[in-house]
Amino acid sequence: MDYKILIYILLTSVFVNNYVLQRFLGICPFLGVSKKLDQATGMGISVIFVMIMATAATWPVQKYILEPLGLGYLQTILFILIIATLVQFIEIALKKFIPALHKSLGVYLPLITTNCAVLGVTINNITDGYNFIESMVSSLGCGLGFLLAMVLFSGVRSRIEGSDVPEAFKGLPITLVAASIVSLAFFGFGGIVDNLFA
Amino acid sequence: MFVNVILAVAVLLVTGVIAAIILALASHYFGIPVDETVHKVRACLPGANCGACGYTGCDGYAEALAAGGVKTNLCIPGGSEVSKSLAEMLGVDAEDVVKFKAYVHCNGTPEATEKSAEYDGLLTCNAMCLSCAGPDACKYGCLGCGDCASVCPTHAICVEDGVARVNPDRCISCGLCVKTCPKHIISLIPEDARVAVICSSHDNGAATRKKCSVGCIACRKCEKTCPYGAITVEDNLAKIDYEKCTGCGMCAEVCPVKCIAVRKSN
Repeated sequence: MDYKILIYILLTSVFVNNYVLQRFLGICPFLGVSKKLDQATGMGISVIFVMIMATAATWPVQKYILEPLGLGYLQTILFILIIATLVQFIEIALKKFIPALHKSLGVYLPLITTNCAVLGVTINNITDGYNFIESMVSSLGCGLGFLLAMVLFSGVRSRIEGSDVPEAFKGLPITLVAASIVSLAFFGFGGIVDNLFA
Repeated sequence: MFVNVILAVAVLLVTGVIAAIILALASHYFGIPVDETVHKVRACLPGANCGACGYTGCDGYAEALAAGGVKTNLCIPGGSEVSKSLAEMLGVDAEDVVKFKAYVHCNGTPEATEKSAEYDGLLTCNAMCLSCAGPDACKYGCLGCGDCASVCPTHAICVEDGVARVNPDRCISCGLCVKTCPKHIISLIPEDARVAVICSSHDNGAATRKKCSVGCIACRKCEKTCPYGAITVEDNLAKIDYEKCTGCGMCAEVCPVKCIAVRKSN
């Protein structure tokens, strides 16, 4: 196993192809629950968890059911179905077996049921041609990237809250402006990872 | 061609059915029975999560109500209406919500109190309090500059004879004055409270006597007189437990300095 490629996949998915700030998927929770650091962290950890579970469930389905049957076009609808079921199942199971974890993640799990970032990760893993291990590493990276974006942005938002914003920009407008600036900053990572492994 | 369509439908159908079975089994075997009454009770509560009931938010109060043995009138934002609907749902007797009114625990008019200094500065209680705790000899009493009156949204407080007084008819028990008073001598007491201690001095009896003729001297007469054990002297100051107080007024009668006031009943 070439570990170099796994590290490469991990780093690119965290920094270069950050789902929120570079691919603009999962903007809804990014803007919705990034007001406070503890909420942002809770949401980020839940997303990591769900992304990994979803990839573990969807990759075999694609490889061993859809591709042999030539039903690649069913990918999106089937993945939505699988992810929604999986998240619901996880929620029920967590409630029963690990109530403490359910209390901290439970609020966010329904929000992620059909989150586009989760769906995006599972589909991109297929289109990028990753094998199973690579897919898992990629989804871990994407989840970490989501967590990173959430945590960074909750810091930015708490600074915005304390600053004097022009009346017309108050609320969502200034948040979107700030998000675009954070996103610009992440473009800087583009060259770094490629050159690390050059 | 047709085979493809049927295959696609079949795959989706099978996946859907499997998903449904998994979820049904999961909720059957892992599902935790949720107490229906908790949900119903929770829906009745206003959801402000203010904590005035003494529980951790509305969820905590709902659970306690569903478990039983808890009064339905603890939700102050909800008022008597919520209490009534809760009582109806739970099949218990409704009790009206106890309303609170602000009360100034000081009666230190200029005639009654001694001064220890002359004050010639900014006329707010806060400024006064910052300069050697104010010019009055008693360091616990009302300064009479009306910081409380200026924050009161309903103009229920006015300073009369050097002491702030609350008009209970206008008070909406918002508690702004309680937070504002630098001496912390304003508190919220039940609306129907018949008696109230009008002193905040924690000095001992002899020291209080020298400074103020109407201050609590901690003689414990009220404590001994009260047939219900509702009044206790703690830290040189009488304190009334309104849960036990019946409003008989005996404490006010025996108080040698008349620092327990009888309020008019509504």
